[in-house]
Amino acid sequence: MIRKHKSCLLAAGIGLVLGLGLREQAQASQPYFVPATTEIKTPDSKGFIQRWMLLEPIHKPNPRNTVFVDSYLREAFATEYFKDQFTVLPKDGDKVKAGEQTLRWHALESTNYNVKLFRFADGLKKEVYGVLFWAVTVVESPSERTDVRLAVGSNSASMWWLNGEEVLLMSGDRRMVVDDCVSKRLTLKKGRNIVRGAVINGPGMSDFCVRFLDEQGAPIKDLTITQTAL
Amino acid sequence: MKRTTIFMGIAAIGCFLMSETTTAQVGKPFIHDPSTIMECEGKYYTFGTGSGGLISEDGWNWNGGGVRPGGGAAPDAVKIGDRYLIAYGATGGGLGGGHNGRILTMWNKTLDPNSPDFAYSEAIVVASSDGHEDNDAIDPGLLLDPTDGRLWLSYGTYFGFIRLIELDPKTGMRMEGNEAIDIAIDCEATDLMYHDGWYYLLGTHGTCCDGANSTYNIVVGRSRKVTGPYMDNVGRSMLEGGGKMVIAARGRLIGPGHFGWINLGDGVQKMSCHYEADLDQSGRSVLGILPLLWKNGWPVAGENLKAGTYAIESERRGYALELAVDFVRMPGGMRGFRRDPNEPIVSIPSQTLADVAQTWPAGNIDVRLGDNMARPHQKWTIVPVPESGGTLGGPYYKILIEGTDRALAATPDAELVAVPAFDGAPEQLWRIDQLTDGTYRIMLKTIPNSDKTYALVSIGDSTPTLAAFDGDSDNSKWNFRLQH
Repeated sequence: MIRKHKSCLLAAGIGLVLGLGLREQAQASQPYFVPATTEIKTPDSKGFIQRWMLLEPIHKPNPRNTVFVDSYLREAFATEYFKDQFTVLPKDGDKVKAGEQTLRWHALESTNYNVKLFRFADGLKKEVYGVLFWAVTVVESPSERTDVRLAVGSNSASMWWLNGEEVLLMSGDRRMVVDDCVSKRLTLKKGRNIVRGAVINGPGMSDFCVRFLDEQGAPIKDLTITQTAL
Repeated sequence: MKRTTIFMGIAAIGCFLMSETTTAQVGKPFIHDPSTIMECEGKYYTFGTGSGGLISEDGWNWNGGGVRPGGGAAPDAVKIGDRYLIAYGATGGGLGGGHNGRILTMWNKTLDPNSPDFAYSEAIVVASSDGHEDNDAIDPGLLLDPTDGRLWLSYGTYFGFIRLIELDPKTGMRMEGNEAIDIAIDCEATDLMYHDGWYYLLGTHGTCCDGANSTYNIVVGRSRKVTGPYMDNVGRSMLEGGGKMVIAARGRLIGPGHFGWINLGDGVQKMSCHYEADLDQSGRSVLGILPLLWKNGWPVAGENLKAGTYAIESERRGYALELAVDFVRMPGGMRGFRRDPNEPIVSIPSQTLADVAQTWPAGNIDVRLGDNMARPHQKWTIVPVPESGGTLGGPYYKILIEGTDRALAATPDAELVAVPAFDGAPEQLWRIDQLTDGTYRIMLKTIPNSDKTYALVSIGDSTPTLAAFDGDSDNSKWNFRLQH
């Protein structure tokens, strides 16, 4: 009885924690995100990648975005805020320690073509200004593709990596514009390709949009977004 | 006498340098977010962020004195019937602050604060944002649709969407049941205009309020419907951040923002804006008025003519305006077709004023058009005359043969002549407006003993005259080819 009672309590406790987690997730979601699933997910009709693993914002105070010159950003994005930040393939709910902050990864799918980081943070009642976001996703390509480009828009500055290689630095006080910056020609491997991004903002409404373009500049849509591990 | 001459020379150089660098308005044109310029009872008015506004007698020299209550951000204005509707945003503080903005409208029968009719109606709220939604209700822009008389208002800033609502043009109130439509993102100080079957949404991108480091610029998208979607020149929606550049920093004028449209007719359109920083005026935010050109269906800011020495070429034939004097041949002649290709190459000096001036009459000289040979009798130094005022967006100019004081002028019978010396008379002052196709209208300030408004016209390929301007005719259009 007691054990059972304990088991019930444990189950209730787990349920409570899960429930809180789901509520928290739901708060972060509406109406900008839905929880990511294991269902097959392709880019949207314009090739935008909507399924991402997003880390809760890192405290990075900047009263103005005028500091986002190239040298500042290179230092800011090279700084290690949490363990394995350039290599980790997080699972939903994984936590990291960034300085004094304990931050959680969230597996989400944007309901828009762009990923509204401001709303992600706001929904979790986290800081929305003076922040640094990390985003990771995994793109499955059915074949090797050469001469593709990663096209990004971000608010504000950002840096992007493909399979561990830096492919874009977007400096300055920037607004999100589709295809604002486009990488040099890249190769998507057959199978898994890891896209990683870091977006920094002072007093701005953080968001980003990402898609791959083919040699003719057309969006690549026959990809599968598996997203690390759910 | 010599001293006077030196002084005049220095003054002329000073004027030249000033006009080279000053292309914003003169006076005390200090303003941020100027509303669309309104003409009221012979004066021009624009209102800005904060309160108050600027007034100008001639459209070139601007000073304070405008009165707009309510404070807040980035107003706009439109004339409907015999009244002016003013819209402005009462802001909660912008990014980093509150976003619970409100848009208000109010009427006035006149914009002249000294008029007995000057009285604003009570301001009414037509749109608002709750501080959390994807919109900040500030920065209104008004459009009275010329096709059907409906009244539209765009508003918003970087906090979320730019939205469009419909107002009642009789009351200035929100149309009952009207729902706001999202039409753009990441803009500030939007405005709308209708041109040739298209609706254009102008928005300001970039960083505001950072003086010489402000990256403000104005972009545009267009739609066949006022409700959008507004697309840019590469097919990108303004809901995706799209926009084609209309104007960015130029010279020492940094960070243009807050578009306003002025259609003067006859192929003359202007745009107003503010520059975040005029480096020649302490880096202050100043009013700018520029020609608006149309290229392939897209608006783009033109240029007020900069002081310099030009050939003045007719759009009709391409001939150059010149003094009717002897053509003086340059030394040398045909160099032959079969010369040694390895012979030394030498530079042949251009013909100079000193080479030909002694052949010119001392008094008045007729003016004609001829083959453009880039010769002294075809080189005109065009310089603003600051003390003579100006017109909407630009100064009056004097047009002199380079290196001389010989000035292009009008005769009492509305023909052209080059007088020996410029004396500032109205028949020697020229208004130069860039037209929407990029060519120029050259208009005389005043014809002696006449109330007619005449422009330089190519009545024959080789014959210029002064006549009524016809914006549909290449006879009335001119180009300036910089000579140095």
